[in-house]
Amino acid sequence: MARLLAFKAVIIFNVLFSVCTDLAYCNNGRRGGDPLETEVSGFSVPLEHSFELDDVAKFQSRGSLLLKTGREPSVSLAQNQLSEEDRAKLKEVAAVDGLYRIRVPRVFLQADRQTEWQMEGYLTAFVRACAMVESHLSDVITLHTDVSGYLIGVSIVTLPGACRGTEVEDEVDLEVFNTTLSIMAPVNAPGPETALFLERMEQESEKKGKNPQEQKSFFAKYWYLILGGAIFLMLTNSAQPPAGGGREQS
Amino acid sequence: MAKLILLLLELCIIFCVVHAVFEDQVGKFDWRQQYVGKVRFSHFDTQMQSSKKVLVATESNVFAALNSRTGELFWRHVDKAGPEGNIDALLHHAQDAILVVGNGRVLRSWDVNIGGLNWEVLLDSGSFRSASLVGQQGTVKHVAVLKKAFISVHYLSNGHQKWVENLPDSETVDYQTVYSGGNGQVFVLGVVPHSHITIVVYSMEDGEIIKQVSVEAPWLSNIPASCVVVGQGILMCADSTTMSLNTLDLHQQTQMTQIPLQSLGLEADPDFHPSLMSHQPNAAQKPLSEFFLQLGPERYLLLQLNNGQIVTLRDFNPALLASFATTGEKTVAAVMSPKNKTACSINLFSADTGRRLLDTTLIFTVDPNGGKPEKLHVQAFLKKDDSVGYRVMVQTEDQTLTFIQQPGRVMWTREEALSDVVTMEMVDLPLTGTQAELEGEFGKKAAIQDGLFSMVLKRLSSQLIMLQAWIAHLWKLFYDARKPRSQVKNDISIDNLSRDEFNLQKMMVMVTSSGKLFGIDSKTGAILWKHYLDNIPSNAAFKLMVQRTTAHFPHPPQCTLLIKDKDTGRATLHVFNPIFGRRSQVTPPALPQPILQSLMLPLMDQDYAKVLLLVDDQYKVSAFPSTKNVLQQLQETASSIFFFLVDSSQGRLSGYRLRTDLSTEQVWEVVIPTEVQKIVFVKGKRPNEHVHSQGRVMGDRSVLYKYLNPNLLAVVTESTDMHQERSFIGILLIDGVTGRIIHEAVQRKARGPVHVVHSENWVVYEYWSTKSRRKEFSVIELYEGMELYNSTVFSSLDRPHAPQVLQQSYIFPSSISTMEATLTEKGITSRHILIGLPSGGILSLPKMFLDPRRPEIITEQSREENLIPYAPELIIRTEWFINYNQSVSRVRGIYTAPSGLESTCLVVAYGLDIYQTRVYPSKQFDVLKDDYDYMLISSVLFALFFATMISKRLAEVKLLNRAWR
Repeated sequence: MARLLAFKAVIIFNVLFSVCTDLAYCNNGRRGGDPLETEVSGFSVPLEHSFELDDVAKFQSRGSLLLKTGREPSVSLAQNQLSEEDRAKLKEVAAVDGLYRIRVPRVFLQADRQTEWQMEGYLTAFVRACAMVESHLSDVITLHTDVSGYLIGVSIVTLPGACRGTEVEDEVDLEVFNTTLSIMAPVNAPGPETALFLERMEQESEKKGKNPQEQKSFFAKYWYLILGGAIFLMLTNSAQPPAGGGREQS
Repeated sequence: MAKLILLLLELCIIFCVVHAVFEDQVGKFDWRQQYVGKVRFSHFDTQMQSSKKVLVATESNVFAALNSRTGELFWRHVDKAGPEGNIDALLHHAQDAILVVGNGRVLRSWDVNIGGLNWEVLLDSGSFRSASLVGQQGTVKHVAVLKKAFISVHYLSNGHQKWVENLPDSETVDYQTVYSGGNGQVFVLGVVPHSHITIVVYSMEDGEIIKQVSVEAPWLSNIPASCVVVGQGILMCADSTTMSLNTLDLHQQTQMTQIPLQSLGLEADPDFHPSLMSHQPNAAQKPLSEFFLQLGPERYLLLQLNNGQIVTLRDFNPALLASFATTGEKTVAAVMSPKNKTACSINLFSADTGRRLLDTTLIFTVDPNGGKPEKLHVQAFLKKDDSVGYRVMVQTEDQTLTFIQQPGRVMWTREEALSDVVTMEMVDLPLTGTQAELEGEFGKKAAIQDGLFSMVLKRLSSQLIMLQAWIAHLWKLFYDARKPRSQVKNDISIDNLSRDEFNLQKMMVMVTSSGKLFGIDSKTGAILWKHYLDNIPSNAAFKLMVQRTTAHFPHPPQCTLLIKDKDTGRATLHVFNPIFGRRSQVTPPALPQPILQSLMLPLMDQDYAKVLLLVDDQYKVSAFPSTKNVLQQLQETASSIFFFLVDSSQGRLSGYRLRTDLSTEQVWEVVIPTEVQKIVFVKGKRPNEHVHSQGRVMGDRSVLYKYLNPNLLAVVTESTDMHQERSFIGILLIDGVTGRIIHEAVQRKARGPVHVVHSENWVVYEYWSTKSRRKEFSVIELYEGMELYNSTVFSSLDRPHAPQVLQQSYIFPSSISTMEATLTEKGITSRHILIGLPSGGILSLPKMFLDPRRPEIITEQSREENLIPYAPELIIRTEWFINYNQSVSRVRGIYTAPSGLESTCLVVAYGLDIYQTRVYPSKQFDVLKDDYDYMLISSVLFALFFATMISKRLAEVKLLNRAWR
């Protein structure tokens, strides 16, 4: 049993290991504007947002994502504060139920050289502007990569997600982004669990072997029932023909 | 341990719902129709006067014998699909039918009588050119097969090769035809395009080259298309550039003789390529010296070659089709000519003289909802007075076969278009006249217009009508009861169609790739209407949508078929009534721009037609119907209408939102790099699906809530790298409104073809595991957790928490062709997955076996929850086959529809065959069984009733007595 448990623990560990999600909680908006130092194994890409009254996207910089490339990519974020003007605009957009959009450029996280990671085009996502306002700019941004490390999608949700129409009085609440950022690689889907099943079957048969009661053959276990049945059958057979014969005669 | 086994057994007994049909139920709820496909070759079996067989070889790689009296199949052989099973040639001699299959890969001989295989030989590789029977001294014993570089001759009796010879100069000469006049010589004709013809003559005995000639023919490039052999081995070619006939005696001449058509007094259409048709009644004899020349689309000439002179026997103008037929010693020519708009007449002519034979006119009525006649197959026979009688099989553009006897009686028709159904829908039948009357009475419009008195009158009259209908129904029941059962016919026609009590009978609207639409009664399989749409592009994609159901009397139901050319993206709409098949009065909008996406909205216009939105390549949206009312509704709801587009060539998935001015704006974008993987499937959920329970009750009585996102898309990708170690399958679950990736998984060391079913809170997919070399099933289930975020309404915009994802995989012991989930009215019944197997079986696999919560170690709680312990292999049980021995060949799709009974789901499987049945995933819990004992229950009821009465009376008497005491 202990072996089994150990095996399971390994599996769980494996699963956890393969879900390589690295969370980076960022609340360093106050330091916005600082130049970011690009390390050898990482690079930074702009995170842009757009919220317009006429819903025509005009993306402006919101901050920059520092992506660490390699086998287990990780991400951290440095973002600017919302200006007075932007805060007013965001509230206005929220009032007309406009959208708050973000976009990041498509990048390749496994690239060795800097020239390789940049690709054409952007990945975009949106959330209702009112949700952004009512959650006091607390959002969860997730970057999704594919198997080989290409960024394929970005998603944004706010916490709480609903628009209840509550007024945000305090302007300060809309100054700083409270962002939870994560990067997600695809999970390895499990195949059929034959090994564990076979092990279980083996254990069962071992158990069977230990129990002498189980080892007895079918006949050895139930000989009295079979014998009884046979005698009963013989009796009924021997009793029937005279009865049938009697009927025929009459 | 014993406990465990007992438990397992117990579980099996509890869960294994038996789906087998009883013997007496066969064909009661189900039917199957078998098809052969579009006919390419056909031969009448003429060896016996009484023979009833028509041999057909089709473009669907099927070889079959049809009963010429009834149109049913005697036997059918379905070969591999695709070019490997392609039938190149069909030759027929006496009892044998010789087939060349798969570009000359295999030569087969079939026994015509019983459909058994006589022999089969593999031929040497090389692309197939032609095949011909070879006769010698009046008997036919060999078959010659011409390939690109060699010719081989085989015995008809056993397929053994008599000889094989390489063709001279096969690199430069394109050998195209083989011909034998029955004199011990085999002629092989090849051409060097725009230069000369090469004629190689082989001796039949040993394959020695007797003669090799080349003849100048700079205008010729394709011999089978422009040349025939007539009379004493004379090659006759039609040259469309100089408008002349060229003759060449294969035995003697080395120069072609040109005979201009003008010298025969003939004028040809300048644009038309004249073609020739000759007839060789028997491979052991020479071809006839008479032949047909087609000079225009509606003009045929019967000509005769007489000592090098061409004589016109008869000019058929106008004539649609012409064909030769031989019976005994007589050969006749049958010519179909148009009579009026709706009918054609077919006449027989003597082939030798061109005289019309008396009393041989046959009228063929052209179906206004069908296509034009395309081919004429004639079966001639000798009558008792030695005159020639005949029957014809007419093949029309819409792949219909019509078999006609004199003077025009249609013996049978076969709708071979149904062998290639592309998409289908099931539509409820309308109410009966009386029910409709009632509906009309309570209709909104009527109530407003009429006063009280007229309403009372209306009510009375409708009650009277109902009474009358009921009496008529009773009378019919009484009348039918006296007749023997076999005579009682329930003729279904379009006039007496009406919905049954439980809505089990529906109209199946089927769209075929040829562009013919069918309305089929789901109970009997009878074709109630058909409609042929001509000018359908050959690579069209079809999407069928029900815009208005039958529920909105007096508005007729309405279906819309979107036909899109895959290359140009240009689309047309065909709007029709699904019950009668008639084109609707509503004029569909012209669509000048290529269409990217279409979507049905739940919005309805004032006539209860659902709104169809079409997105063109400028991302502009047009609505159909586009009345003021609709546009206003669209403006109001525009901000909540989202749609997505998939561009699999660029790996781009993008989401759009509708604006009030019917333009769109992009709101999200996900790009999957095409260098790594390509999108193969994007599957949403079915819009008419209902989920009854929001959660699952766990063993500890808590509830695990399902993540029921109606906008969820399952995107399946396959890796571009096909190496078995590196190939993978990707599964992405994306919210179609927000573009949020809910879950992303890869199945490593796996390869397609993938089949996906997406329903409720689960996705089931099947793939090929390259590591273990087997088919595997995987199931993903999504749960919100123990608490529901917002239990009243689901909004994609307001679900911040990602769902829990559970996944499990299983081994499946068979490959599969298609997959679909059952669907019921309210979603209470448990779900099954219907799997079409390549063997022709349709398997109904309970979803319970595909449940990621199946425990590996059984606990008290999992037992409480009725979970089946995990076993890696899914075993196919024979009682799970819903179509017992009614195999469905090459099943391509399964359609499921709910019925009025919650327990019952209607299933149609289509492929080469069509099979319709009902399934009861949770048994028939809402229906009394057929053998339910009404007598017993009513007698018990009555007995109890009387017992109560008597005991009541007794009690009263007793009370009275006691009171007196």
